Amino acid sequence: MKVKKYIALLIATSLLIPGMSLAERLVLKGSTTVLPIAQKVSEAYMKMNPDVKISLSGGGSSNGIKAIIDGTTDIGNASRFIKGKEVKLAVTKGVYPVPHRIALDCIVPVVHKSNGVSNLTVKQLRNIYLGKIRNWSEVGGANKRIVVISRDSSSGTYDAWKSLVMKKKRVVPSALTVPSNGGLVQAISNTKGAVGYIALGYVTKTIKTLKVEGIRGSEKTTKQGVYPISRPLYMFTKSWPKGKTLDFINYILSVKGQKLVKSVGSIPLY
Amino acid sequence: MIFNRKTTEKTVHSMFFLITTVSLTVLSLIMLFLFTESIPLFETVSIKDFLFGEFWYPTDEPAEFGILSLIIGSLYVTIISSVIAIPLGLMTAIYLAEIASERMAEIVKPIVEMLASLPSIVIGFFGMVVISPLLQETFDVPIGLNLFNASLMLAFMIIPTICSLSEDAIHSVPVALKEASLALGATHLETIIKVVIPASISGICTAVILGMSRAIGETMVVLMIAGGAAMIPTSIFDPVRPMPASIAAEMAETPFGGEHYHALFATGLVLFIFTLMFNMVAAYISNKYRQVGEASL
Amino acid sequence: MNEAIIDTLKLEYTNIKSVNEKVLLFKDSGKRRRTIEQLFFMMFKVAAMINGLALIVIVSYLVINGYQSISFEFLIEAPKESMTKGGIFPCILGTLYLSCGAIIFALPIGIASAIYINEYAVQSRFLNFIRLGINTLAGVPSIVFGLFGLAFFCIVLKMGVSIIAGSLTLGIMSLPVIISATEEALKSVPDTYREASLGLGATKWQTIYKVVLPTALPGILTGTILALSRAAGETAPIMFTGAVFFTQTLPTSIFDEVMALPYHIYVLATAGINIELTRPLQYGSALVLLIMVLGMNLVAIIYRSKLRRK
Repeated sequence: MKVKKYIALLIATSLLIPGMSLAERLVLKGSTTVLPIAQKVSEAYMKMNPDVKISLSGGGSSNGIKAIIDGTTDIGNASRFIKGKEVKLAVTKGVYPVPHRIALDCIVPVVHKSNGVSNLTVKQLRNIYLGKIRNWSEVGGANKRIVVISRDSSSGTYDAWKSLVMKKKRVVPSALTVPSNGGLVQAISNTKGAVGYIALGYVTKTIKTLKVEGIRGSEKTTKQGVYPISRPLYMFTKSWPKGKTLDFINYILSVKGQKLVKSVGSIPLY
Repeated sequence: MIFNRKTTEKTVHSMFFLITTVSLTVLSLIMLFLFTESIPLFETVSIKDFLFGEFWYPTDEPAEFGILSLIIGSLYVTIISSVIAIPLGLMTAIYLAEIASERMAEIVKPIVEMLASLPSIVIGFFGMVVISPLLQETFDVPIGLNLFNASLMLAFMIIPTICSLSEDAIHSVPVALKEASLALGATHLETIIKVVIPASISGICTAVILGMSRAIGETMVVLMIAGGAAMIPTSIFDPVRPMPASIAAEMAETPFGGEHYHALFATGLVLFIFTLMFNMVAAYISNKYRQVGEASL
Repeated sequence: MNEAIIDTLKLEYTNIKSVNEKVLLFKDSGKRRRTIEQLFFMMFKVAAMINGLALIVIVSYLVINGYQSISFEFLIEAPKESMTKGGIFPCILGTLYLSCGAIIFALPIGIASAIYINEYAVQSRFLNFIRLGINTLAGVPSIVFGLFGLAFFCIVLKMGVSIIAGSLTLGIMSLPVIISATEEALKSVPDTYREASLGLGATKWQTIYKVVLPTALPGILTGTILALSRAAGETAPIMFTGAVFFTQTLPTSIFDEVMALPYHIYVLATAGINIELTRPLQYGSALVLLIMVLGMNLVAIIYRSKLRRK
């Protein structure tokens, strides 16, 4: 009998606990590229509004937009614009996703510090990632094997690299994959023949960045639109935002919010 | 009163019976979900293309879901880690069961147990920050995160499994057999090699197979240090992407219900079938060649 | 007839001869055989030592690199500034929630199953089937548990990524461990205890409840601690079911997601903003996890060896 009582008690307590959360919730989902921005901004935002509870998760751009369409999130983060297919699906469900540009993203190719190469064309980069160019001597460097490092296929940076550099062609299977920008920096700094690509904000002194088509990736060249590997980042909301969601988006777009955007390595809008 | 006691007794009995079936229910649910979540993939991709396709480009358009390189990656890490772990684990087991003094065994056994309890994330972390740069420096290989590194770390995860199960098997060899061998003038070593090991070989085989089953299913170590390149390796220092690594790296960022999602479940199913096969073989061996007294030897 | 006997005798004779030759050979090579034996035994010992060495190297490496990061603040603060500073309190708490939740679920079911198998069930095909099922469950890769948890608990039962989904996933993973530990403990209770109790007129359930379980309790307890430590150290099953990258607030209900220590280490070591910069945090977190897990194991091992001595 005691066992039964124990089980009954267990069920009763487990039913009681969830009734206790009352704070206002804001859910953010989607692109891993936007994640650091969202994280930084929500930390600051929650300090100002202690009654708001923000929960963050990744999942990739497609997931963020899908979550908006399904209504499972308040804000869907995306490192690309919404696709025609997704708009149609949204409309059939009676949802009107609204995009908010929140920052710009600039992706730079990086190599080990000892590498003599300092400029590559988009075509050369593509051929390296296609596995057609295998030695640094073919692009004016030392006679050393190129170790191609790429990102996991669901990452936003990989997505951008694929559309802006690879022209939708496939990265060679022998490429190492790392799960993050930070992981890539670490792998590059430990590997002499390595080449990789990261968001501008993650560049550290332990690695060397390359110019692309003679242009150095920077805040200035990105804002001017001359640097070839750059794109805007978005937060999507379900129709025009209201209440806390609106407040949050406004906060990101404020001077303070854009400063935070800059502090995690993305490029502010103004 | 007596009636009451009998009813209680019956209720208790059937309650325990019902609870025992939970394990079976859970197992069936696991299999059911692996199947139902994999099947939608095979509406668009044939089983042959899935199993023997060499290219894994799950997010491309059109996507390609071939897991041959993942399967081979998994098999390679399993085999290489076994090559390292079997001799070490077996020798440790012999040492513990036959040679070590009681005091020594009392120290070594907990050590092996503690080795087994090291969280996989800690071993993966160690492989990443210590072994990887070490490999790059000593062998001058371009990449420290590779097949060899992952296999080495995995080996230390499966040694305890192999060791403790083989030790049990060796312990179960009847003393009379050993004494007979020693009395005939064989040395202790000869007794171990020619009598003890052959007598416990089925237990040792079970131990090895269960160890391999653990190696093929281990996730964090291969996720962190195998390198993650979905290719068929040509050298022991090439990076690989074993099945669990691929599932772990991609599942969190895959839209639910998409093709990629189903492909990862199908990969999980293949992985499950591999471990199931290992476990079945182990169960078969230990049942078939079960030692029933000295007569069956 | 006679010829046959002679043949056997001849055979016997040659056998004896060859055995004698072998014995002579043995005598000659006695010294060599001893040396070889010593050599092999040395090798076995070295193999055993390698295990100890591996453990010592890994543990001491983490201790040496991690002890400076561990401070009171590190243990009671939340991560700050995009996880490049601050402590790991939410992760420790999350790991405790997840692993304790797993045990709360697995312990009653595990003990009841073991009682049924060991005390009630009669040897039958069905029992073999159950055993096979439990063994198979024990062999399921941790990542497959994660997949199942995601599909069943998070999606079908609509629990989402939450403490309850993570705990249940870890729970079903711990189930076989607890069952086999409990079975072992029940088996070690002498049958005379049961017979004495039954002889005094107690029912089977009374015998189990008042005699067998109390006697087996220490063994069950050690098994539970081991299962708890294993659940606390697992990463793969909770990656999609219970743990998240980052949450600002502590969980207030079992339907909230949490940060967990093993996943936090994974995130810091592979996906942080600046991995080299946060190395001290990684060492610190890994050391805390190691202390938690090995501590629990050590307690269980010491407790068990005390029991055995009794």
